[in-house]
Amino acid sequence: MGVSVATDRCIGAALCAMTAPEVFTQDDDGVGQLLPGGSERAGDPSVKEAARACPVQAIILHG
Amino acid sequence: MQNTRPPEDTAAPAYPMTRACPYQMPVGYEELRERGPLTKVTLYDGRQVWLVTGNEVGRALFPDPRLSSDVLHPGFPFLAPRIAAQTQQRAAPPLVGVDDPQHGRQRRMVIPGFGIRRVAALRPEIERIAEGLVDEMLHRGSPAELLSQYALPLPSAVICALLGVPFEDRGYFDERSRHVLSSSGEGEAEQARKAFTEILAYLYDLIAKKEKEPGDGLIDELIAHQLAEGSVDHQELAMICSLLLVSGHETTSNMIALGTVTLLEHPDQLALLRADESLLPGAVEELMRFTSIGDVLMRVAAEDIEVAGHTIRAGDGVAMSTMLMNRDPRAWEDPDSFDVRRSAGRHVAFGYGIHQCIGQNLARAEMEIAFRTLFRRIPGLRVPVRSDELPLNAPYVLQGVAELPVEW
Ligand code: HEM
Ligand code: SF4
Repeated sequence: MGVSVATDRCIGAALCAMTAPEVFTQDDDGVGQLLPGGSERAGDPSVKEAARACPVQAIILHG
Repeated sequence: MQNTRPPEDTAAPAYPMTRACPYQMPVGYEELRERGPLTKVTLYDGRQVWLVTGNEVGRALFPDPRLSSDVLHPGFPFLAPRIAAQTQQRAAPPLVGVDDPQHGRQRRMVIPGFGIRRVAALRPEIERIAEGLVDEMLHRGSPAELLSQYALPLPSAVICALLGVPFEDRGYFDERSRHVLSSSGEGEAEQARKAFTEILAYLYDLIAKKEKEPGDGLIDELIAHQLAEGSVDHQELAMICSLLLVSGHETTSNMIALGTVTLLEHPDQLALLRADESLLPGAVEELMRFTSIGDVLMRVAAEDIEVAGHTIRAGDGVAMSTMLMNRDPRAWEDPDSFDVRRSAGRHVAFGYGIHQCIGQNLARAEMEIAFRTLFRRIPGLRVPVRSDELPLNAPYVLQGVAELPVEW
């Protein structure tokens, strides 16, 4: 199980960082970003919820 | 103009529909909702368009690149003649009215200004503004008009601070931005057009002034980076700033006023909030879901789309009803009841897909602070008339009350 952010698609709504703040943040350009160690928590329910919340399906769950 | 049938055709009722109560569904929505996630309605000009009412189907369609927001597309549907006329007069509005790749380029430019850390840093300023407005209202005494004394000046001061628009110019916009987004009725199309032109001209001048004397707002950052690098010209930058200024005003002020009415008419829910302020962020989401003030978002199909057993043909108009999607019984239990403790998080009241509201986190902070400050400082606040007696905005603009008399 892994997770990544398709940054080219992100529209900076920050719903990922609001839904799962322990996994996602925003970089200085306002684009969604994984926090260090964030991918290890890919199985958390909040990550699944963040993937659902993202308006452009830019949170990608693998495996 | 495909599939035109007479407007009295009950298979495709006239749309948009008028709310009787400012926060409840119009009467005809009940029936529309029962017809399934995708149905048809008839616009003022006799044109039939698709109406999306289901939450799942809406969430699938909003991000679909085959659905276009390009208002200059010859098939783009309009909800009222005044909106059609307004759009024909000028270029497409940036962001909301364009598709990718133009949209993505413009959006990337402005998202740093609306990041979560930026919004968090603005909170103390928003609190100061809210406290100051309540001080003034209390000083002038009961009765008051909440829209002009609180709900409008708050977001106005906040968006001006964020953009770097001089404080003393604020009054200029309060009036004009209202004309742009919520005016309806006789002769107001002309007024809306004039107001927008004036705002645009003002920002054009402000940008020129700031090029010589930089300040510290988002406009100054856009000048220093995007304009200087040549990724945007003066005209486009002025258009983007006008859009941000206008959308930052009206939407949030309508939500503060209508949210106040909704809370006051659900005293049990308001009591829950008063007892436990940690419920406030959830209550704001529920207010957004329940009132769905930006009810109808228009699109045109750029290609054929197969969805929910139907084929939307290229050139068909599509109306996305955020209110019906937000009151879909398949997405929420008892969707027509207002419940601040429910998990309303999956609403589409800020839209969905690439156009989802850029100011949503700013708006959330403003609403939270506005409601907390108002109900803390004026615990005896009440509206002397019933909500269905309040003057409402027209059905084809942002939903909300046009006036809100209050007493305490
Ligand atoms: C509670 C208040 C607000 C509501 C209900 C609201 C609602 C919406 C909705 C429904 C959309 C999607 C439009 C579409 O898909 O066609 C949108 C987009 C937008 N909103 Fe908001 N909004 C609010 C506050 C704000 C604020 C404070 C700003 C600040 C500048 C703002 C700026 C924008 C912009 C620029 C867009 C276009 C984004 C794009 O097309 O990429 N909004 N808003
Ligand atoms: S929720 Fe999606 S669009 Fe929003 S910041 Fe995260 S990745 Fe980007």
